[in-house]
Amino acid sequence: MKARVTVMLKSGVLDPQGKAIEGALRSLAINDVRAVRQGKLFDIELDGEDHEAARRTLSEACERLLANTIVENYAIEIG
Amino acid sequence: MKAAVILFPGSNRERDVARALKKVTSHEPAIVWHAERDLPNGTDLVVLPGGFSYGDYLRCGAIAARSPIMEAVRDHAARGGLTLGICNGFQILCEAGLLPGVLMRNAGMRFICKMQYLRVENAGTRFTRGYAPGQVVKFVIAHGEGNFQAEHETIRAIEDNGQVAFRYCDANGEVDDASNPNGSENGIAGVFNERFNVLGLMPHPENVIDALVGGVEGRPLFEALAA
Repeated sequence: MKARVTVMLKSGVLDPQGKAIEGALRSLAINDVRAVRQGKLFDIELDGEDHEAARRTLSEACERLLANTIVENYAIEIG
Repeated sequence: MKAAVILFPGSNRERDVARALKKVTSHEPAIVWHAERDLPNGTDLVVLPGGFSYGDYLRCGAIAARSPIMEAVRDHAARGGLTLGICNGFQILCEAGLLPGVLMRNAGMRFICKMQYLRVENAGTRFTRGYAPGQVVKFVIAHGEGNFQAEHETIRAIEDNGQVAFRYCDANGEVDDASNPNGSENGIAGVFNERFNVLGLMPHPENVIDALVGGVEGRPLFEALAA
């Protein structure tokens, strides 16, 4: 089974990397970009076919390693 | 005073901190590989040195914080054992949950390497009793991700409990935006845990132990630990 986990900084947390990318896009004259936030994306393969079990496993993975929940949120997509 | 310096893949300041400890304790500290599960018997002080453990993959200190030796470090800290994290070591302690908060990318986005004034905020601990309260010292900073952040309630609790060890300041001890190199909340450069047996700081006291190279203002920290 395949899953995708996205980890993003919580809104309100300063994202200097996103800001730098935003500035670089402007300098390339790629206009109409209002704001950029940079995050991380993990494609994960899991054993088994039970979606609920997979969600529990991935939540644990996020809570314990993939995200630092002080400043980051995560989203899990399965299938 | 028996000290153990933890070596992670990508640590690069373990020799400097070992040298500082040797200088003040006249004992060579043990260098302990991260894959070990136990600290040497009778370890009084654990030091997590600076560097770029695991190449800063995922988040600074994130992977090192989950390595086998960290269970033993956690037990040591829970027993009240002294634990010091410098720079990447500070990031590791935060990621391990042994210290509050998180170290984010510097607000100015640049890696900063320079001498930096700090104000000693709490001089009543095992780590800082060699300094006077409010004393201004000059250490070295060298980091890209030293921007200390935490939730508002956490910052308030840290401040109220006297858990701020050092704050970035100017030569006169003034703390303001101009003297804050990386955007850290309230200019926080180092914090203690609630029991004051764990300290993490971004600046490098081990760089300033020799008058020939940069000064000796880091020595009181190591001397206090050794005493």
